[in-house]
Amino acid sequence: MMTEHSEFNFEQCIKCTVCTVYCPVAAVNPLFPGPKQAGPDGERLRLKDKGFFDESLKMCLNCKRCEVACPSNVRIGDIIQAARIKHSRKGPGLRERLLANTDFIGSMATPFAPLVNMTVGLKPVKMVMDKVVGIDHHRTFPRYAFGTFEGWLKRKRKKQSKFARQISYFHGCYVNYNNPQLGKDFVKVMNALGIGVQLLEKEKCCGVPLISNGLIDKARRQGEHNTALLRQSIIENNRPVVGTSTTCTFTLRDEYPHLLSIDNADIRDKIDLATRYIYRILESGEVQLHFKKNAPQRRVAYHTACHMEKLGWAYYSIALLKMIPSVELTILDSQCCGIAGTYGFKKENYPTAQAIGDTLFRKIEASGCDVVSTDCETCKWQIEMSTSKPVVHPISLLAEALE
Amino acid sequence: MTREVDVIIIGGGATGAGVARDCALRGIKSLLIERGDIATGATGRNHGLLHSGARYAVTDRESAEECIKENMILRRIASHCVEQTDGLFISLPEDGLEFQAKFIDSCRAAGIRADAIDPKEALLLEPSANPEMIGAVRVPDGAVDPFRLTTANLIDAKLNGAEVLTYHKVEDFIRNQNRIEGVVVRDMHTNELKELRAQIVVNAGGIWGHDLAAKAGVTVKMLPAKGSLLIFGHRVNNVVINRCRKPADADILVPGDTISLIGTTSSKVPFNEVDNMYVTADEVDLLLREGTKLAPSLAHTRILRAYAGVRPLVASDDDPSGRSVSRGIVLLDHATRDGLEGFITITGGKLMTYRLMAEWTTDLICKKLNIKKKCKTAELKLPGSRQKEERLSKRLHTIPTAQRESVINRHGDMVERVNMGDAAHRSLVCECEEVTVGEVKYALNELDVRNLVDLRRRTRVGMGTCQGELCACRAAGIMAEAGKYCSQRAKQDLADFLNERWKGMAPVAWGDTLRESQFTTWLYDGICGLKNEKKI
Repeated sequence: MMTEHSEFNFEQCIKCTVCTVYCPVAAVNPLFPGPKQAGPDGERLRLKDKGFFDESLKMCLNCKRCEVACPSNVRIGDIIQAARIKHSRKGPGLRERLLANTDFIGSMATPFAPLVNMTVGLKPVKMVMDKVVGIDHHRTFPRYAFGTFEGWLKRKRKKQSKFARQISYFHGCYVNYNNPQLGKDFVKVMNALGIGVQLLEKEKCCGVPLISNGLIDKARRQGEHNTALLRQSIIENNRPVVGTSTTCTFTLRDEYPHLLSIDNADIRDKIDLATRYIYRILESGEVQLHFKKNAPQRRVAYHTACHMEKLGWAYYSIALLKMIPSVELTILDSQCCGIAGTYGFKKENYPTAQAIGDTLFRKIEASGCDVVSTDCETCKWQIEMSTSKPVVHPISLLAEALE
Repeated sequence: MTREVDVIIIGGGATGAGVARDCALRGIKSLLIERGDIATGATGRNHGLLHSGARYAVTDRESAEECIKENMILRRIASHCVEQTDGLFISLPEDGLEFQAKFIDSCRAAGIRADAIDPKEALLLEPSANPEMIGAVRVPDGAVDPFRLTTANLIDAKLNGAEVLTYHKVEDFIRNQNRIEGVVVRDMHTNELKELRAQIVVNAGGIWGHDLAAKAGVTVKMLPAKGSLLIFGHRVNNVVINRCRKPADADILVPGDTISLIGTTSSKVPFNEVDNMYVTADEVDLLLREGTKLAPSLAHTRILRAYAGVRPLVASDDDPSGRSVSRGIVLLDHATRDGLEGFITITGGKLMTYRLMAEWTTDLICKKLNIKKKCKTAELKLPGSRQKEERLSKRLHTIPTAQRESVINRHGDMVERVNMGDAAHRSLVCECEEVTVGEVKYALNELDVRNLVDLRRRTRVGMGTCQGELCACRAAGIMAEAGKYCSQRAKQDLADFLNERWKGMAPVAWGDTLRESQFTTWLYDGICGLKNEKKI
């Protein structure tokens, strides 16, 4: 009954409409027809005539909360994204290319990071970006680091090779160009568990910004490139691949086969998220972590990112945070913060993004926490912009608490 | 109560509607009487195939020629009812290629374009077709929506002075010696009897014409032949797929609006069953087994429902045994045939030739009434088909894509009568088929809708995958608001509608179809407290 006959998966929909109830966009923007209409219902109409494709589908965040809610296992988010890929007549413009090519922009920016950071932060520059390019002036681009994470880890190669157990780290663009500290924290934690961290041969951006900005051919090329690297690491070198970003990890595991038709069934189970990988090691009892004594107490509020919800793995991050003696944990209701990667950067989406996240921001402020923790970098940007709280990755909190 | 018109037409199928339009365009005052809703008989219960005639080319040259002529006319006059999909006749290994050459020759002889194409090209044209085919011929088949076609004919008939009475059943004929002078009808809602008089009464009752003729005192021997079909949940194919062999069971797969249809079976049924057609498990098996040979993906495509219609086959007058039947048009002037004046029977034929049947009938009526006017139905476009869809689409650009395209598909330029000016009228009643409040109100006000089932035939409410789950109660609410009925009747109508939907789902109630019907039951029975006493 629940057969997943790929393209006809939409026929499993029994119109219960629970997906639309859980859709963060439909709740705040009446112009979006909602996942049921845009997904299974719309797919049926588009099969009749592709003229039924509606550009309003680009309002979908691809948060996949509809898929989590669906009791019939319909891949609603995939159906919507696939329809955009197939039918959208509006090609990517300059803005889409700017936002999508995180890899290229990052590698250009990091050598001149101080200058770039200063320039994009300037008010006149922001106004130009807003008016000419269409990137909302409220947004600040994440700061670029002076030097990449890859460069740093390459210098540590010798030390990392000494560990008996090895993994490959899919750091993603954000760690590489913007926040190498998270990567360093990850290496610290892994080393404390007796595991060495290696880079993949030549990791490229997972492709999620390319997919959501309509650069699908490039996304597929990068996906194929990355999958070959993952396969090399997992099968040839027997090294599982671990990532700290929920969205990168989710993309490597699920978006590749579902949206880019890249078969990864043989390696999918060996692509893991950092908190889950670490939790499982600790749970097995093979190794123990030693925490600082008398570290000052911190009140942490955990935010479940959308793709974390889809992976179903928030439990691991939460459990890990609970192990840290100095952390007093509050768990925020799982809801979308509104940014959805590059979505919230676009001028026309700004009001929707902020309306979606509004209740979350208010709950964060009311929670009395010192810091918010989440596994997603774009949620971090959104929450830091929209609240008074700093946002720290669970791995960084863990690293900080280690002896 | 007595009323007098020139012509009374009995039967609200495509033929009756066509006669009403033809009469109206020739200035003849007509009244159409239908015991239920329009297009409820064979008109609404077939493939909706716009035959190119190719299917009959080898076996019945005359029908083939009629088909291709009418095919070309309908493309022009009824463009909003027609989908110009083209068709393929595929030869499978088990069929061999022998038939193909003869088939192509016969098509061409009948004036039907028939091009043999490479199986690979055929697969590019229609990717769902069986890749094992060894040959393919492309013909100008298409799809036609019988409900829209009948509705459009009646709209035009009424605009030109015709009257339509649905839910009026002929109880008796008014006979004066050797002349039929009218009918006695029963209003099915009030039970009131009325006498209606006319110079000529036309029997266009389809299979029910057999009994009507008997009531009038003449014999028209008909043979009810049941044909069953399956509706799939979405459009599997965009080109009609046929088998290139002698016509047989389940060898046509037609895309129609949002769905695809496979059919048909063929079996004789007794007259006492024609009012309650059902589809048997054997028929479902046969349709699926043969259907997957046309398009293998049917094996794992959701089936929405099954239904059956009754073909009104007519026994030739010179063969009382009924063995020799004609699928051609049968026009009987009972004055010359039986000595009964004022009575005409038009039957046989098929949906494809409804217009020609109407033309012949109206020609005969004109002759009898001594009116010298030419038939114009082959030239004058039907309401809805008078403007290009692209232009309508541009004019309505402010309406969301899905609602806009759906309503234009269904009503063509009659969309101008649909109010979608504000958000309330643009909001959806039926989510699967994108039927808006405005469209439902238009149907209620202008298209002779008496209940939810009628509304479905005008708008596709309840024809989508949910089969009434979300739309039925909304539509019933609008009907009650519009004063069509009280809340008690609304509840009864809802139950009737859902039972009618269930009747079609029952023969294929497995998998997602069963899951969804169960969910519908929870909603209506469990939450709304609607009891389905009549549920089978």
